[in-house]
Amino acid sequence: MAMSSAWAQAFVLVFDPYNLLVMVVASLFGLFVGAVPGLTATMATALLVPVTFFMAPIPAIAAIVTATAMAIFSGDIPGCLMRMPGTPASAAYTDEAYAMAKKGQAETALGAGLVFSALGGLFGTAVLMLAAPALAEFALKFSSFEYFWLVLLGLTCAVFMTSDRPLKGFVTLMLGLLVACVGLNNPAAIPRFTFGSIELLGGIGMIPMMIGTFAISEIIRYAVDTNPPLRIVDQPIGNVFKGMWALTKKYPVQILRGNAVGTLIGALPGAGADIAAWITYAISKKFSKEPEKFGTGCVEGIVEAGSANNSALAGAWIPALVFGIPGDSITAIVIGVLYMKNMNPGPSLFTNNPQNIYAVYLLFIMANLMMLPLGWWCIKVSKQILKVPRTVLMPVIMLFCVVGSFAINNTAFDVTVMLIAGIAAFFLEASGFPIAPAILGVVLGGMLEENFVTSMIKSDGRVLAFFERPIAAALGALTLAVWFLPLLLRRLRRLAGIEVEQ
Amino acid sequence: MKINDAIWGALLLLFSVAILIHIQSFPNIPGQNVGPALFPGFIAVGLAICALALIASGLAARRRGVEQAPWIGAEAWMRSPRHIIALTLVVGVNVFYIRFVDLLGFVPAGVIYLAALFAAFGVRPRWILPLALIITLVIHYSFYKLLRVPLPWGLLERFAW
Repeated sequence: MAMSSAWAQAFVLVFDPYNLLVMVVASLFGLFVGAVPGLTATMATALLVPVTFFMAPIPAIAAIVTATAMAIFSGDIPGCLMRMPGTPASAAYTDEAYAMAKKGQAETALGAGLVFSALGGLFGTAVLMLAAPALAEFALKFSSFEYFWLVLLGLTCAVFMTSDRPLKGFVTLMLGLLVACVGLNNPAAIPRFTFGSIELLGGIGMIPMMIGTFAISEIIRYAVDTNPPLRIVDQPIGNVFKGMWALTKKYPVQILRGNAVGTLIGALPGAGADIAAWITYAISKKFSKEPEKFGTGCVEGIVEAGSANNSALAGAWIPALVFGIPGDSITAIVIGVLYMKNMNPGPSLFTNNPQNIYAVYLLFIMANLMMLPLGWWCIKVSKQILKVPRTVLMPVIMLFCVVGSFAINNTAFDVTVMLIAGIAAFFLEASGFPIAPAILGVVLGGMLEENFVTSMIKSDGRVLAFFERPIAAALGALTLAVWFLPLLLRRLRRLAGIEVEQ
Repeated sequence: MKINDAIWGALLLLFSVAILIHIQSFPNIPGQNVGPALFPGFIAVGLAICALALIASGLAARRRGVEQAPWIGAEAWMRSPRHIIALTLVVGVNVFYIRFVDLLGFVPAGVIYLAALFAAFGVRPRWILPLALIITLVIHYSFYKLLRVPLPWGLLERFAW
């Protein structure tokens, strides 16, 4: 009975009029941010945090869940009409959608983006509902040894998933972990790297840093963008839902595969909707019966990758809620919000306050259902949205970031943190250093050190103790394998005399 | 601006050595084998290893051909004065804001902030001031009145509304 009463409470929380209003406003915000090139879903989340700061936990989460789901869909719109992805998650199939638009099939491309995005989101939610509680039950038995390896495995995964050169990923990971060391918040409670600054005692503010990394760096990128303004493909867009049922019947395998792979990639730490879309688009082409049509305006890849990026969004919440390990950069911010709202992620969240978790499931279902009518409307008005002058929009967003960073602690120091993070992210990315590992390092650094130190004290400094519990041993072996296997294989291939690709 | 891996590597190597020296000053915890210096120490060593690998890869890239691996790669915006000014202003207005917001107050600082950027990005001149003023007031109202964030009044202290 406890379970059904928790579900009843969850329904009350979600269908509260204030919460529904927040969801509608967040939807419009998300659709807009996604549809404007240069504004990303992660940026939408970062911009929402200062506002959600003043809300109850469930509306705060509702705002983020709805806005990100909508933004990942609406990123398809400028991709299709202007050949410029609205968010990185649409980049994989932008050329394909644009080719369709030029052939006069914008309607079908956008319709497929909308319908299969919603479907992907619902699939990811279903997996979240099944997998998260099961994992949480399993995780209740974890000690500091298992958590240490789990966090390390998550960070490793982020390095290997987010860049083609793991070395650069390791560099940003280390920088992120160092940022996490600043302040008093360590097992010994000794001020580290504070250099006498009182503001640094509390550590470097996570939220201002995220706003800088994901919003300010985009604005800098806009400021130095020398590409000429883009032109919109001008053609009437009719009923976008036309022909979607036929597509569903034609591509059931692609839809299912896109959803499943998307959810899995979302759940892997660090890799999110954008990587899910690239990988599923490639899979779709590889297994297609007509791969030669890819790139010429063929809907098959859009069906698969368009559903994958939305399912990844839900998948990313699985490790975030169960272990506090973010599945993508959006959930990295979400974890910060959960801590602020006293909904600390971890297995006990599922046992102590199940109504909150059920409410999160409901929010995901609602958001993806709302996407159909609101997304349809957004496609209708998309040409007006794409005409909003970015020359005005970008400065306004930046001032909003400044005020938002200030609002978290009411200190100008946080604005400085935001600015430095933004500049650093811009220059690192320009030299090919991925940002996601740094963010994961900052979010997980404290957890990694705490579990490491606890384990070292428990084991009296014996390193072998990290492998003595069966699950810890398995996780540890897996982590080391991911680290050293590529090196070992390369060495073996070289020994065998096979030319190594550069 | 693509900076050669070797330069990044050298900078990161210096940085990690500085950290390794600095953490020597962290106290030990009596009766414990792990002190506050251990974890940052591991990371600094890791960073130093990565830095050495970056130096090696950057130098190797240069040996293969200077054209493909300049020390600092020029990008299109670095040859366009308009874009350099825009970049300078994007950073500059934030520094200005951080430095002067308490003195001037949010509303004047916000108007200057937006107007400078509008000008840099090429908004039509006659729209710059009206837009900057209206948007600053809207942001001020949203955060000061609705969310109760204590944005500073500065010069306008006597006229606070």
